[in-house]
Amino acid sequence: MSAGPGAGVDLGGPGPEGVDPASRPPGAIRDRRLSPTLLVGAVLVGLVVVGAAVSYVWTPYDPVRVDATARLLPFSAEHWFGTDRFGRDVFSRVLVGARTTLLVGVVSVGLAAAVGVPLGILAGMTRGILPTLIMRACDLLLAFPALLLAIMFGAVFGGSTLTAMVAIGIATIPSFVRVVRAGTLQVMSTEYVLAARAAGRMRPAIAWRHVLPNVSGVVIVQASVSFAIAVLAEAALSFLGFGTPPPTPSWGRMLQEAQPLLFLAPRIAVVPGVAVALAVLGFNLLGDGLRDVLDPRTREIR
Amino acid sequence: MLARLATLLGSLAVSSVVVFAFMQVLPGDPARVALGLNASEEAVAAMRSHFGLDRPLLVRYLDWVGGLVSGNPGESYISRAQIGPQLADRFAVTAWLVLAGMVIALLIALPLGVLMAVRHRDAVGLVTSAVSQIGVAIPSFLAGILLIAVFAVGLRWLPAGGWTPPAVDPAAFLARLALPALSLGLVQGAVLARYVRTAILDVMSEDYVRTARSKGLTPLRALWRHGLRNAAIPVVTVLALQLATLLIGAVVVERVFVVPGLGSFLLDAVAQRDLVVVADIVMVLVVCVLVVNTLADLAYGLLDPRTRGVR
Repeated sequence: MSAGPGAGVDLGGPGPEGVDPASRPPGAIRDRRLSPTLLVGAVLVGLVVVGAAVSYVWTPYDPVRVDATARLLPFSAEHWFGTDRFGRDVFSRVLVGARTTLLVGVVSVGLAAAVGVPLGILAGMTRGILPTLIMRACDLLLAFPALLLAIMFGAVFGGSTLTAMVAIGIATIPSFVRVVRAGTLQVMSTEYVLAARAAGRMRPAIAWRHVLPNVSGVVIVQASVSFAIAVLAEAALSFLGFGTPPPTPSWGRMLQEAQPLLFLAPRIAVVPGVAVALAVLGFNLLGDGLRDVLDPRTREIR
Repeated sequence: MLARLATLLGSLAVSSVVVFAFMQVLPGDPARVALGLNASEEAVAAMRSHFGLDRPLLVRYLDWVGGLVSGNPGESYISRAQIGPQLADRFAVTAWLVLAGMVIALLIALPLGVLMAVRHRDAVGLVTSAVSQIGVAIPSFLAGILLIAVFAVGLRWLPAGGWTPPAVDPAAFLARLALPALSLGLVQGAVLARYVRTAILDVMSEDYVRTARSKGLTPLRALWRHGLRNAAIPVVTVLALQLATLLIGAVVVERVFVVPGLGSFLLDAVAQRDLVVVADIVMVLVVCVLVVNTLADLAYGLLDPRTRGVR
C-alpha cells in the first residue's frame, strides 16, 4: 500500500489529473524505497478513506438512531466506542463522520487547486501587471484565514457544509498560487522550455506540455498539506456550529456535543478527537513523505 | 519601508471594502431583519434613518471606515449599544490569551527545536520529532477539551472555564488563563518547533558554522555565536503567521472555555445576525493580521541586512 488511497483522494482539480506518469520528475522513479513517513501517512489516510467507504455499506448501528435505553454506555463488545447521550453508537458515527471530513477536504482542496493552479501558472508565465495583481490578491486573501472567512459566510448565508467547503477552499487558494508560481518560474528558465519556444510552441502548449507536469509534484504535496488544514478547519467549524448541520455526524460536532459531558463521560470526547488528530497527522505525514519523493530539490543529504 | 507601509494601507483599504461589501450581500433590509417580521413600517423607517441606512452605499461605507479609524465603530443593530467600549474590553481579553499562548509556544518551541536539530540523527531527535508531529495534528480546541478533562475534571487543579480580569484578582486571572493559553500554546509550540528545527539544521550546514566548529567550538557554542541570528530569520516570519493563527485559534478556544473575548463576541454577533458588530470584529482581526505581517517583513530586513532595499 503505497501512496495509493491518499493520492486518489487528493487529486482534486484539473491540475494533476492531466499528468502522464511517464513525464514525472526523475526523482519519482529513482527513489523506490518507501520512507516510514510516507508509509504511516498513507496508512492513516487509508484508514480514513476505508472508514468512510465502509460506512456506505455497513455500520454496526444506525448512526442517527436515538435509543433512550442505551445512553452513555462505556466501551463494550456491542458498542465498540460506547454510546453518546442520545444512545447513538459512537463507532458508527465516527465512521460516517469520516465521509463529512473527506467530502469537505476533497471539495475545498479541489476548489483551491482548480483556481490556484491556473492562476499560479499564469502568474509565473506572464509579465507586467497581471502577475503583480494575482500575487497582491493572494496576499490580501491571506489576511482572511479559513475560519474567519467561514464565520463571515456563516453570518451572511448561514452555516452549512457548502459554506464551510467554499470558505476553506477560497482561503486555501493563495498557498496553491504561491507554490505553483514558484515552480513555474523555475520551469520557465530551463533550456527545454527555451527550446520549445524556439521551436514555435505557443504559450498554452508549453504550459500544458512542460509546466503542468513539472509542477504536479508540488501541487500533490500542497494538496495533501492543505487537506490536513481543511480537516482541522472543518472540525473547528462544526465544533462552533458553522459546519455540517445535525443530524449528519461530523467529528467536530461530536466534540461539541461531548464537551458538556466531560465531567460525566470524558471518553466520548476522546474518540472523535483521536479521529481528527489521526486524520490530520496522516495527511501531514503523507505530504511530507510525498515531498521527499516528488520534489528532489528538498531531498537532503544529511 | 515606505513602500511597505503603502502596501499595508492599500491592503487595509481593499479588505475594508471586501468586509463592507460582504455585509451587504445579505438579502433584505437590515432594519427589517433586525426588527423582525412583525415590525411596523414606521419602526423600520425610524431605524433606517437612525442608522443612516437610507443613505447611498458609498456614504455608508465612508461613514463606517471613518468611524473605525476615529475609534467609534458605531452602534449595534440589535442591542443599540455602542460597540466601541465592548470591543476594547473583549480585545484585551483575547490579547491576553494570544500573548500568553505565544509565550508558551516559544518556551516550548525554542528548546525543543534546538534539541531536535542538534540530536537529529539519534533516538532523541526521532522521538521529539514524532511528538511534535502529533502536536501539530491536534487542533487547539481539542487540546482545550483534553486539558479540561485532565486538569479540571480529573485532577481538579484548575477551573474549566470563565474569566477574571487581572485587575480584579490576579491569582484567579492566572488560574483561568492557564488552560486556554496552554491549549493555544502547546499546539503552536509544536508547529513552531518544526520550523526552528529546520532553520537550525539549515544554518548548521552553512560554511561559517563549519568554520566556527573547526576553530574548536562545540556545536551548541558555534550555533549560539554564529547561527542563531541567521536561524531567527525564517522563524520570525513563521512567528508572524502564527500570531494570526493564534488569533483565529483563540476564537474557537474562547468558545471551549467560555472566555468573553473577541471570539465569543464575534460568534454571538453572528448568531444574532448583528452585522455591524460582525463587520467591526472581522475588521479588527484582519487589521491585526495585516499589521503583524508587515511588522514581520520589517523585522526580516532588520535581521538580514542582505534583504534591505530589495523590496
